[in-house]
Amino acid sequence: MQFISSTFVPAKIHIKEQPQTFKRFGVQWTPTLLVMAPNGEEAHRIEGFLPVEDLLAQLELGLGKALLREEKIDEAEKHFRSVALSYAGTEAAPQALYWAGVAAYKGSNDPGKLKETYEALKKKFPSSEWARKAMVWAA
Amino acid sequence: MVALAISWLKDADQALQTAKGQRKAALLDFSAAPQ
Repeated sequence: MQFISSTFVPAKIHIKEQPQTFKRFGVQWTPTLLVMAPNGEEAHRIEGFLPVEDLLAQLELGLGKALLREEKIDEAEKHFRSVALSYAGTEAAPQALYWAGVAAYKGSNDPGKLKETYEALKKKFPSSEWARKAMVWAA
Repeated sequence: MVALAISWLKDADQALQTAKGQRKAALLDFSAAPQ
């Protein structure tokens, strides 16, 4: 897990030692992982155990959302697209593609970016909830 | 949830402060696993 050490500042909070920290962050089940943006805002929440590949995909997705929190729009979009490609077999992929569309729209104010994203989701991940969430962008 | 070889901090605020200083994301792992 060199990836975690080099990418994040990691902290482990144990329920027996710090129940107040669980309450503070609204954590009600374990394992729960929170990806926090450098500004201290929660960017992404992962609840429940995941196999390694899915966990890595979710962590990468969280990094993209942390970039978006910091208004690093172009960087976030590239990151999301990379996640969607690299982890295409995981449930993080359609979500990453969705957020890539959000970032593309935020960076351009072009609604066409949202429509393109819906078309891509419909084509690549037609049964995902993220394709359904993007249906509203079709018009 | 993840490998033990990682050097974990044990304080969320310390992690958030360090992350802010280094402009990195923090990862808070809430666990109930046997220690």
